[in-house]
Amino acid sequence: MVAGATAVPGAGEAALPGATGTRLLLLGPALGIVVLVGILPLGIILVYSFLTPGTFGGVVWKFSAEAYAQFLFDRDFLDDSLTFNAAYLGIFGRSLVQAGVATAACLLVGFPTAYFMATRPPATRNAWVFLITVPFWTNLLIRTVCMLLILRDEGLINNALVGAGLISTPIVMLYTDFAIGLGLMYSYLPFMVLPLYASLEKLDFRLVEAAYDLYAGRWRALTRIIIPLARPGIVAGCLLVFIPSLGAFLAPDLLGGGKHLMIGNLIQLQFASSRNWPFGSAAAMILLAAVLLALMLYVRTAAPRQRARP
Amino acid sequence: MGAGTRALDLKRLPGFGATAWFCLALLYAPIAVLVVFSFNASRSVTVWSEFSLSWYGKAIANTGIQQAAANSLKVAVVAMLAATVVATAAALATARGQRFRGDATAYLVINLPLIVPEIVTAVATLSFFALIGLSLGLGNVMLAHTVFCIPFAYLPIRARLEGMDRALEEAAADLYATPWHVFRRIILPLLAPGIVAGAMLAFIVSLDDYIITAMVAGAGQTTLPVYIYSQIRQGVTPEINAVSTILLMVSILFVSLSFVIGRKQR
Repeated sequence: MVAGATAVPGAGEAALPGATGTRLLLLGPALGIVVLVGILPLGIILVYSFLTPGTFGGVVWKFSAEAYAQFLFDRDFLDDSLTFNAAYLGIFGRSLVQAGVATAACLLVGFPTAYFMATRPPATRNAWVFLITVPFWTNLLIRTVCMLLILRDEGLINNALVGAGLISTPIVMLYTDFAIGLGLMYSYLPFMVLPLYASLEKLDFRLVEAAYDLYAGRWRALTRIIIPLARPGIVAGCLLVFIPSLGAFLAPDLLGGGKHLMIGNLIQLQFASSRNWPFGSAAAMILLAAVLLALMLYVRTAAPRQRARP
Repeated sequence: MGAGTRALDLKRLPGFGATAWFCLALLYAPIAVLVVFSFNASRSVTVWSEFSLSWYGKAIANTGIQQAAANSLKVAVVAMLAATVVATAAALATARGQRFRGDATAYLVINLPLIVPEIVTAVATLSFFALIGLSLGLGNVMLAHTVFCIPFAYLPIRARLEGMDRALEEAAADLYATPWHVFRRIILPLLAPGIVAGAMLAFIVSLDDYIITAMVAGAGQTTLPVYIYSQIRQGVTPEINAVSTILLMVSILFVSLSFVIGRKQR
């Protein structure tokens, strides 16, 4: 440690930390906790997904691929034959669609917002960033409850419409796919705006100016110059909305009323009331695989381009 | 640049400003509704009668809420302290000096809790605790929270560390300061805003967590979000609006402070 500290100035080794030993000592606790309580448990549910469910929850240590088979097939009680059942596949499909729609909606609202923010004067810009950051960090459960209050049959929107005499019976919005989609969009909108803003803030507007000088219209300048340059932000934002939406629990639970399950609810149910831990673990593994796949696609498509930029 | 108003005009795109204001309204209107109706005198959470603080009184006097708030606070403080200490150490090891083998891996591992969906973390942690038979009561919840608080504390600290001027430490070392002295008198004071910002973010992500706590917590370990969720299932009352508003205000206060402190002297 001392030897490292007294190295030649400018050698990039001024003070802390010196030797590799010190580094490991400093890194150890953080890595230890994350590996032991964060990563090891993922290995455990991977193992659990290949075991037999216990009667009162938990697992019986006997190999079985039943959990994965259950995702696609129903096993007949009498003759053990398998029949195709699309119910669970449908839940996974709904999750993908809901997450996709929420991502698209966030992009549609988030891109103009981020662009508008990036073109404000610096002081106003900071105020906008702050206003978008606050919901990012506010309690997701409470924000979902807020949505619930607004969408209910006797909620604010319906009360206003009935009060204005526009409708006589409330429009049913709660416990629909629409409510879930809106809830997801509302939950993760800041996750889209912030990376988009980070990209657009660095945008060199001389390029846009050049496009206008070369007789490009606003639409052409937007689609040919601004959007391609903001690509890293678009990809990052989409990923940051898509991933948590795919595994969302609160929005489909509270706004879907348990009728429109997403994969997050399916997993929770297996561990809470259904007490089929292997099946819940298998569903968790499938969700995790989908997330990792999305991340790998991101690394493949976005990262090299980002690096290539000056 | 340079072209003044003309350049500014060129940046304008029709409808984008309106969309930005719509976005802001979408983010804040639902929260505003919740807050407004927490001050409603009647039992309704959607029809306004008159201003009253009675639901706050009821919420504060509710022993269930008191217990849950105490649990939330205990968990958040412990998780914040533990996560901040280990994250600071890890940031010092990864952000400084020459790169060492495994640097990228260490970075990935520390940030892994951000990638794994919360529901997966929740059931995995539950399975893990059940398997090893760990039953430390609230300690289980604290341990689970520490894991996902680490990246939230780590990132602002590391960002601060990377933006710091190395010349000061080098000057101190040249003037025969020991490494401990350099750390204590130069690095730590300069790093403090990053550490405080990271600690505050860790505190609020712990305070706000529902799904992981709901899975891991046993009887008597109810935190505020878990309490609010269980009440919502039985119907929304202004009392819940009041507790939620208090919790929201705490989050907003901490984010604001973290925002201000994190930006200071940048």
